[in-house]
Amino acid sequence: MAEVLVYVDHVDGAVRKPTLELLTLARRIGEPVAVHLGANAEEAAKVLGEHGAVKVLAADAPEFAEYLVAPKVDALQAAYDAVSPAAVLLPSSAEGKEIGARLAVRIGSGIITDAVDLEAGDEGPVATQSVFAASFTTKSRVSKGTPVITVKPNSAAPEAAPAAGTVEQLAVTVADSSKGTKIVSRTPRQSTGRPELTEAAIVVSGGRGVNGAENFPVIEALADSLGAAVGASRAAVDAGWYPHTNQVGQTGKSVSPQLYIAAGISGAIQHRAGMQTSKTIVAINKDAEAPIFDLVDYGVVGDLFDVVPALTEEVKTRKG
Amino acid sequence: MSLRIVVCVKYVPDATGDRHFAEDLTVDRDDVDGLLSELDEYAVEQALQIKEAADDAEITVLTVGPEDASDALRKALSMGADKGVHVEDDDLHGTDALGTSLVLAKAIEKTGYDLVVCGMASTDGTMGVLPALLAERLGVPQVTQLSEVSVEGGVVTGRRDGDTASEQLEASLPAVISVTDQSGEARYPSFKGIMAAKKKPVESLDLEDLEIEADEVGLEGAWTAVDEAAERPARTAGTVVKDEGEGAKQLAEFLAGQKFI
Repeated sequence: MAEVLVYVDHVDGAVRKPTLELLTLARRIGEPVAVHLGANAEEAAKVLGEHGAVKVLAADAPEFAEYLVAPKVDALQAAYDAVSPAAVLLPSSAEGKEIGARLAVRIGSGIITDAVDLEAGDEGPVATQSVFAASFTTKSRVSKGTPVITVKPNSAAPEAAPAAGTVEQLAVTVADSSKGTKIVSRTPRQSTGRPELTEAAIVVSGGRGVNGAENFPVIEALADSLGAAVGASRAAVDAGWYPHTNQVGQTGKSVSPQLYIAAGISGAIQHRAGMQTSKTIVAINKDAEAPIFDLVDYGVVGDLFDVVPALTEEVKTRKG
Repeated sequence: MSLRIVVCVKYVPDATGDRHFAEDLTVDRDDVDGLLSELDEYAVEQALQIKEAADDAEITVLTVGPEDASDALRKALSMGADKGVHVEDDDLHGTDALGTSLVLAKAIEKTGYDLVVCGMASTDGTMGVLPALLAERLGVPQVTQLSEVSVEGGVVTGRRDGDTASEQLEASLPAVISVTDQSGEARYPSFKGIMAAKKKPVESLDLEDLEIEADEVGLEGAWTAVDEAAERPARTAGTVVKDEGEGAKQLAEFLAGQKFI
């Protein structure tokens, strides 16, 4: 069976959920071989093996942390040369897409980004994408070279599939030309204790109707009662009420949770682009004419400052 | 010595219009008005700021696209860019991201550059890979996804805000950078700017000028193929209730029914 390279997204060996989703999708088209760059490969290998990685190609080099993207491309290319895979899968993060793009140029292959599903086809893997603000669904494939495909978080439920997950060291030479962009300093983002926005099963977002940074705790309280991530519309972010890292929409993050709750968000096309593929959509808005109500499974026309706190209490009561 | 800045811009179908696919499954450009991709306005703005901070700089705005794409160039010129380059060729129809990066890279090399400035992504394809593809093809550093940027003494520095960390980046020119919508509001063209733009030079190039064979680009030469495109079925109308004191309770009932609580 053909091997499929899966680029591992991790924080010091703690594998992030989108990578486990990639392994699940990879098994549909071949045998997953994980590529782990950085520290603690042995620790990561346990989780990767449990989810179907037959092998973990591991490399650690200071250059991965000292320079942007390019040294990781050198490493992934070394893995590609070692394995001759049927496809290369990466997470659709900013970095995953950039690494995939540069690898594609080097190996003369096409690239598909932001796949939301993946299946085996007669002419190679077929990727489903959601385009034009999620108003169209396309099926595409790479027609030249080895398919390089990046996949969005929440595109598949991670499945356990025990495999060897044997760690093999990968020899990597970082080219001088890959040391062009120095990472001078790095400030880790403060954890809020909430789930990561793009990975969360439930997202609660606030928009213009929240009417000030001082009111966002109302949104946060509902999110916390549901174990959800907090999102914000562009209007709320541009007004400085909530950080840009939480922005949902065309220029922010695109999310596809099981449940999306939009409070005080009218539903401009740019916002819809980022959340329209959510499984269940709920909106709370004063304006009965707001376009968001066209998308909802359940909508409440009302003041979010009445409805959201009361809902938070209801959730807490029901959860006991 | 003059700092040569090239800004790559894209002419895209208006996102508020009814976007769809043509029969060959390329983007239908006939039925929807086009405009300069909003995210590229941030790139033009940062290029203008870099120029204003430099002793001597010149901004060339570059696009690959059909005849109408000159509208995108005019907008950038009216904001303050100095000259335009328009790569236009019938054989470019259906070119994908890899092909576009090939065409842009050749045009950038032909124009001459110290700094290439891009937006973070286009508002139609939204891939966000073009700056990385260009850096790879040109063999220069990529300093991408910047929310802050400055250029001084042949060095570009900037801040990249990622999911898990914020990074301060640095590279020597020549380099490719991309800027996010957090980099700073783009200016509106002034009346004077709009009038001046009409007199600014726009060079037209085709594939032959760039020594690119027709079969390296276009739909036939694309590295990827779209086999199907289907309009997403409209969501079936959901329940909408008016809150008359019971809204939260009714919503909680719905959420419990869906097993979210």
